[in-house]
Amino acid sequence: MISVQNLTKTFGSVRAVDDLSFDVRPGVVTGFLGPNGAGKTTTLRMLLGLVSPTSGQATIGGKEYAAIPQPARVVGAALEAASFHPGRTGLDHLRVFAPQVGVSDQRCRELLDMVGLADAAKRRVGGYSLGMRQRLALATTLLGDPPVLILDEPANGLDPGGIRWLRELLRFFAGQGRTVLVSSHVLSEVQQTVDDVVIIAQGRLVHASPLGDLAAQASRHVEVVSPTGEALKAVLDAQGWTYEVASRDGVHGFRVSDVAAAQVGAAAFAAGVELHALTQQEVELEDVFLQLTGQTQNVAHVGDATQEVAA
Amino acid sequence: MKAALISEFRKWTSTRLWWILLIVMAAYMAFLGVVMAFSMTLEPAGGGPAVGGVDAALTVYTLGNGLGYVFPLLAGAMSMTAEFRYQTITPSLLADPRRNVFLGAKLVAAVVIGLAFGVVGTLASVAGGAPILAWRGEGAFLSDGDVLVPVLLSVVAIALWAFVGVGVGSLIPNQVAAIVVVLAFTQFVEPILRLALVSVDALEGVARFLPIAASEALVGAGTYASLGMGELLGRVPGALVFLAYGLLFAVIGRWTTLRRDIT
Repeated sequence: MISVQNLTKTFGSVRAVDDLSFDVRPGVVTGFLGPNGAGKTTTLRMLLGLVSPTSGQATIGGKEYAAIPQPARVVGAALEAASFHPGRTGLDHLRVFAPQVGVSDQRCRELLDMVGLADAAKRRVGGYSLGMRQRLALATTLLGDPPVLILDEPANGLDPGGIRWLRELLRFFAGQGRTVLVSSHVLSEVQQTVDDVVIIAQGRLVHASPLGDLAAQASRHVEVVSPTGEALKAVLDAQGWTYEVASRDGVHGFRVSDVAAAQVGAAAFAAGVELHALTQQEVELEDVFLQLTGQTQNVAHVGDATQEVAA
Repeated sequence: MKAALISEFRKWTSTRLWWILLIVMAAYMAFLGVVMAFSMTLEPAGGGPAVGGVDAALTVYTLGNGLGYVFPLLAGAMSMTAEFRYQTITPSLLADPRRNVFLGAKLVAAVVIGLAFGVVGTLASVAGGAPILAWRGEGAFLSDGDVLVPVLLSVVAIALWAFVGVGVGSLIPNQVAAIVVVLAFTQFVEPILRLALVSVDALEGVARFLPIAASEALVGAGTYASLGMGELLGRVPGALVFLAYGLLFAVIGRWTTLRRDIT
């Protein structure tokens, strides 16, 4: 439904979006993830015809946004929570855009009711909380009952109840066969909402898959401590496991990758090696996300970089 | 286009700014109407003849265009700059990505709102000035065709100032900058420029092409012209020059501000 192909945008010498390609399918919620400044909003703005790409293209249903007749009936998009005139009431905000979508004042009121702003309809948006603005932005996107929803950081400013409400709403829309694309800079915020993930960093695609495939990348490791370090090291070498030495204060510790604690324990027992600690460490999905987007201080990587500089 | 126009009218009517400007303009025009009518009917200290009759009536009744045009000009400019200040340009262009339609609807809507400024501003100056002219001067001349035509054209000219304002706003989308430029130009630069141009023989003709001079030419009377600040263009050339300012600003704005990425 949404297709981004070799999309590139440069601002001066900065490549905000760099040869980005991905597809978003209907019937599921897709999370568009990346740290702040990764190029998410620029990508969405190109998709919506607000920013012109330097090269490549982004289409919705095979057409560029500007080529869609009455686009607000096809695509409901909300970009920032700040796009409101503070002196306008919530109802009037919807009424301003209703003519182009082709809907009545009645529809505007129904939507305010649906997003829980019925009581605030006649109040100026300047007095709204961030969460209320998010709800109003969502109502704006739903004016034309569009089959495609594009929401930029919709969970920002929502309280936990609001986030849960949003999750159920988005899942409901996806269940109706709509295409739902939701951006976020924190995976955990949308982890329970999304079926697919598209992850970008520094304008480039780093991962695109169903959420389950991302979870499979979540590695695990075992931390093991022994008073006889050399003996344990020999066991680990014999098993062919990869590990890091994590010795501290005369205690011989190892960090063994991609194994279960039971395997390490069994191997040590068989070799007659005494263990003082044996801990299974699961890597959270969020850690995988942080690693993919280069937001972790990875010691090994820093070392590599130093070597490259030295070379 | 119809949908875009309705949207623009709703943008106007759902915010307070325009009618605050309208009320201030009405009060200011009524006040100036009274002051000008009094000064017109006073015997000059030097013993020369007072401005009287139709000229006095015209000067007072077209004050809206002569001195009040800053209000519709600001209103028009801010109808565009507010889109950038509050980033409503984003949902506006999402609702209809055709930027020509967006700008066109804004220009047309501004003329209609500008007519309200024209009617209210002109009525206020007439209400303030006419009783005094009738009481102390040679009459109010409210049924005189030589007065009524310029007064009606003054309403049109004030409406067109809002149109020019949208052009200025598209040229200078930064709201603070636009307000500063509008105030500086209308209250300071243009009057001085006009005075300076008129006082240099070789440049006297140029002053007629300044925006306010062109709008006064459309009306056929004006505050500055009545103060002897140079000759005006004819009515039709004046109207064309005046409109050209609005269109020129809007076209430049379309190819700069509205061609750029909306970020």
